[in-house]
Amino acid sequence: MTKRVGIVSVAQGAGAESKDNFYDQAYRITKEVLEKVGITRDDLGTIVTASSDIFHGGISCANSYYWETTGAFLKNASRQDGESLFAFFYAVMRILSGQFDTALVMALCKGSENPPNDTCTLMFADPFYQRPVGLQETLAAALQMRLYLERYGITEEQCAEVAVKNLGNALGNPYAHRKGRYTVEEILGSERLADPLTALQVAPKSEGMVAVLLASEEKARALTDKPVWFKGYGSSLDHFYLGDRDLLKGPLRDAAARAYRMAGIADPQKEIDLAEITEPYAFQELLWCEDLGLCGEGEGGKLIASGRTRRNGDLPVNPSGGVLANNPYVSRGLQRLVEAVLQIRGEAGERQVPKEVKTALAHGTHGFAGQCHAVAIVGIG
Amino acid sequence: MAKEYKTLMTEIRLPYELSYGPVWTRFFEGMAEKKLYGTKCEKCGRILVPARSFCPRCFVDTTEWVEVAQQGTLTAWSYVNYRYFGMPTEPPFIGALIRLDGTDVDFLHLMGGIDLNDFEQVRKVVKNGMKVRAVWKEERQGHILDIRYFEPI
Ligand SMILES: [Zn+2]
Repeated sequence: MTKRVGIVSVAQGAGAESKDNFYDQAYRITKEVLEKVGITRDDLGTIVTASSDIFHGGISCANSYYWETTGAFLKNASRQDGESLFAFFYAVMRILSGQFDTALVMALCKGSENPPNDTCTLMFADPFYQRPVGLQETLAAALQMRLYLERYGITEEQCAEVAVKNLGNALGNPYAHRKGRYTVEEILGSERLADPLTALQVAPKSEGMVAVLLASEEKARALTDKPVWFKGYGSSLDHFYLGDRDLLKGPLRDAAARAYRMAGIADPQKEIDLAEITEPYAFQELLWCEDLGLCGEGEGGKLIASGRTRRNGDLPVNPSGGVLANNPYVSRGLQRLVEAVLQIRGEAGERQVPKEVKTALAHGTHGFAGQCHAVAIVGIG
Repeated sequence: MAKEYKTLMTEIRLPYELSYGPVWTRFFEGMAEKKLYGTKCEKCGRILVPARSFCPRCFVDTTEWVEVAQQGTLTAWSYVNYRYFGMPTEPPFIGALIRLDGTDVDFLHLMGGIDLNDFEQVRKVVKNGMKVRAVWKEERQGHILDIRYFEPI
């Protein structure tokens, strides 16, 4: 890459139910992300938004409703439906096109208002075959977890440890929706929804207006002393029908390889200082860590047991509390990126990790059991 | 719970008429006759079930129809014990992936034919790798749930 793209400002709303409506909530986060670097709507080059129609918002052609809340009036703007890290990359490309020197990426979701996640994700399934059998995200994840436990001898206790860690980390995150000190026994003893998944290993539904402001290198240096640079990105997509897939050898491996190649990362275990991972189901943090090369295949259980991924470990994973603590569908990948940026800048408050973070990874996923994945690498220097 | 601001309770109901297409029409008509059909990809040799018009890996049309076995191996399962919109039956039930004999993908369906009320018992009986077979409903209408569930052999 010859030109660089900088992340100059980030903002996010809290995950718990707010009194604002969707429209006002989005406006406030846009204002915040612009004001943090002292620019106005007039200065804003282009806008890319991520949201999901109808099922995650109750409104169709949703951008026609909310676009002006992102400052898009009479501007060159675009929207993508689904995982928000995709939108991040589109905005990066807009800067790289040379046509814009700033780009706003905004992910919008107000989960508190929506039907349950399982209702929305049932609609991911085709109406002829998988939907009548009752396939939704939780059932898909439970099937995947069963395979994970059996193929690699991972224990239910190790999976529950992820929830203990992340819900505990969330105590330091004012934006997190669900948090607390739990024991492994309490996680495993919570309601057994879809065995082997228990309720505290399943993400809630949360609100998440998340904004990231990007700028060209020159503009980034003018706007902030602490730009965080875009380093690499990759995404990949698996088959649609659940039975066509190897649920333990998914497309995240390809997405990660592409992101690492672009970022010039040869050994992620050494070169990634911190990872924010989308884990709507606890065990997925372990499986995704394997796929990201942060540990060996089948070693996710050992990784969590080692304590390395704790907030004070040498490879912190989800110091924010992750998606188990806050799950604004669609917005969650971009929220992972915001958390990565805050950690690099040393601005993560109580959840700041006690180590230097130069290079961080943000991951997003959408669809059943990780049907599609996006990986972004950002850093300083 | 009383809120300090007004909320609007609303519901959206929209009718759609979705085409099965010729391949899935034939597959589901087969189900009405207690038959399961797959299609074979000439390039990779995989048998896909339910039948597909094309192989998404090789990106070529499938050409050959095959009637596939109604028994196979349980590859993954989950004991579902909560109610949700669109659930296929009252809980508890078992969602399952089954590799039908001679095919190359898993078939998503339900597992039954055992007492589902006591989870500890279920856990003793249901194991990945066990052999299962389709149990058909008496009244069939060309629907995926014309198979009631797969039961242990
Ligand atoms: Zn093929």
